[in-house]
Amino acid sequence: MIARILAILKARNLEFIRDRSSMVWAIVVPFVLVFGLGIIFSGGDSSQFTVAVLDDASSVDTQAHPYYATRFIEFVPVEDSAEAIKKVGRHQFDLLFEREPVARYWVNPESPTGYLAERLLLQADPAAVREAVTGEAVRYVDWLVPGILGMNMMFACLFGVGYVVVRYRKNGFLKRLRATPLSAFEFITAQALSRLMLVLAVQTFVFFGVKLFLDISMEGSYLALLTVALLGCSALLALALVIAARINSEEVAAGVLNICTFPMMMLSGVFFSLEAAPRWLQNLANALPLTQILAAARAIMIDGAGFAGVWPQLAALLGMTAVFLAVGAALFRWRFV
Amino acid sequence: MVTPTPIIEARNLVMRFPSVVAVDGVSLAIAQGECFGLLGPNGAGKTTTIEILEGILVPTSGTPLFRGQPLGKEFHAEAGIQFQSTALQDFLTVRETIELFRQLYNRLPSIERVVEECALGELLDRDARKLSGGQRQRLLLAIALVNDPSVLFLDEPTTGLDPQSRRNFWDLVDTIKKRNKTIIMTTHYMEEAYVLCDRIAIMDHGKIIAEGAPDQLLKHHYEDVILQLPQADFPPSLADLEHKVLENQQLVEIATTDVNATILRLTEQRVPLNHLRIRPRNLEDLFLELTGRELRT
Repeated sequence: MIARILAILKARNLEFIRDRSSMVWAIVVPFVLVFGLGIIFSGGDSSQFTVAVLDDASSVDTQAHPYYATRFIEFVPVEDSAEAIKKVGRHQFDLLFEREPVARYWVNPESPTGYLAERLLLQADPAAVREAVTGEAVRYVDWLVPGILGMNMMFACLFGVGYVVVRYRKNGFLKRLRATPLSAFEFITAQALSRLMLVLAVQTFVFFGVKLFLDISMEGSYLALLTVALLGCSALLALALVIAARINSEEVAAGVLNICTFPMMMLSGVFFSLEAAPRWLQNLANALPLTQILAAARAIMIDGAGFAGVWPQLAALLGMTAVFLAVGAALFRWRFV
Repeated sequence: MVTPTPIIEARNLVMRFPSVVAVDGVSLAIAQGECFGLLGPNGAGKTTTIEILEGILVPTSGTPLFRGQPLGKEFHAEAGIQFQSTALQDFLTVRETIELFRQLYNRLPSIERVVEECALGELLDRDARKLSGGQRQRLLLAIALVNDPSVLFLDEPTTGLDPQSRRNFWDLVDTIKKRNKTIIMTTHYMEEAYVLCDRIAIMDHGKIIAEGAPDQLLKHHYEDVILQLPQADFPPSLADLEHKVLENQQLVEIATTDVNATILRLTEQRVPLNHLRIRPRNLEDLFLELTGRELRT
C-alpha cells in the first residue's frame, strides 16, 4: 500500500514541478499580492475612524449618546472588553467607548487616529473618563500576510486537488488507475499528501521571503503556526475531495470551486476584518475553514498565542477535515459517466 | 476428464443504461492461453462487455468470474488492460510512466522485458506526450504488461493506427500469445481478428450472434467463394447468377460453389477475365449476413 501511495505521490510531484507555469504561478502570486497590497495600504491610515462600543444594544443608537451621532466614525459593538482593549493597544480600534454606568474610554496615546477620535469624543462628552492603553500598532502588512498566505493555500488546495482529480476523471486517467490494484483510499491519500507537501513547501518559502523583506510580525511559536497550516491544508484538501468526488466536467468543477473560494475570500477576512459585519455574517464566516485558519494564524503571528490560545480553531479544522473526508470518500467515483 | 475452469467467464451479463440496453444476456467462457475476440460495429456493446469483464463496470445483472471467482484483488493483480483511449500523467517520461504503473503492483518484475518486447528502448527518456500514435499504443501495451499479467484485455488497440503500425502491433500481440497469455480483445478490423484470435464472438445490439473459431464459423456458414469483376465487365445476360453490385467500388461479386462452372459461363459470354479476382468468404460477409449491417457502420 505504501509503495503504491508513494508511486502516485512521486508522479504527481513530478507533474507539478515540471509544469513551470503552475509552479511560477503558485510562488509568484502570493509575493505580488503581499508586496502590492502592503505598499498600497501602508501609505497612511484610513481616514475613517473605528470606535469599539461596549453597549448592551446590538446596534449603536444615535439617540443614546451625542458621540454616536458623529459622522465618519464607524461604531462597532463589542462584547469582550479585554479583547477590545487589546485591539486598541494594537491600533486595530482607534478607541473603545463605554457609555454606562459612567462614560469612559480607552485610547492608545501613540495612535494618531486614536488622538483624533478622542478629540471628537471629548467635544461630544467632555466628562468622559480616559483610560490609557499602551501597545504597538499592528501594521496592515502584518495583518495581511496571514490572509494572503491562507488565500494562497486555499486556491492551491482546492484547485490543485479538486480540479486535477476532475481532469484525471474526464481524460480517463482515473479509469486507467482503477484497472490496477490501487484503491480509492490510496489514490486520494497520495493526491492529498502530494499537495500538502507542495503547499507547505511553497508557503514556507513565501513566508520566510516576506519576513525577510518586510520584517513581518511573528510573536508566537513556529510549531503552532505549522500545526495550523497542516490542519488548515487538510481541511481544504478534504473539501477539494468532496468537490471532486463526482464532477465530470472541468468547467463545472471550475464553477463549483469558484463558488467555494469566493465566499471564503470575501468573508474569511483575507484583506479586511469582518469586525464591523453583522453577527449572522460573522457566524456564517466562522463555518468556513479559511476563517478558522486566518484567526489562528493571526493569533499566533500577531498576538503571540500558543496552542492553548488557538485550540478552538484547531478543533474546528480537525472536525471539518473529518466530515469532509467522510463525505468525499463516500461520494468518490473513479469513472467518467 | 475434468474440464479446466475458464480463466474468464461471464454468465448472462446484462447492462442497462437509462436509454439503452448495452449488453443483453451475454455469456462467455475463455480458456487459459486463448486469444478471444469480440467483434461488432460501433455501439454493438463490445466495449461495455469487455469493461464488465475487466471489473471497470458493474453489470446490472450477471456475474463476471476470474478463475471461477468473482473479480477481486487477485484479478486486478493478474490482469493487464489497454483501454480504447487512455490519458497518462502529464510531464512524465516513458520510463517514469512505466515505473509508475509497475509500482502499483505487488509483483515487481523488471521493466526491461516489457521495454524490449514493446520496442520502447530508444524512447525511454522521451516525454510520453510527444509519442506518435503507434509509439503511444506500444507504451499503453507496455503498461498493460508491466505486471506480467495472466490475462490481457485489449480494447480496439489498433484503431487510428496506420497499416504499418497496426501490423507491428499484431506482431507484438503474437509474441505475447506465444507466452501462453490469455488475450481478450475487441476490434472492428476483421483481418485483425482473423489473424490474431483463436476464437471470436460477433456482437450486435448487445447480444452475441455467433461464436467460434474464425475458420470454423466461416466453414459452418459458407461453402461458396466470391468472384469479383469490374462492374463494367459484367453483362446483363449473366443476371441469373447469384451476385451483388458494390456500387462504391464499382465491382460485381458473384457467389459460387463451383468456380470452374462459373468461369466457364463468363468465358462463354466473352467476359474479360483480366481483372477477375477470387476471394474466400470472410468475417465481414458473415457479419453482413447475420445482421444485415455493414461491420464498420
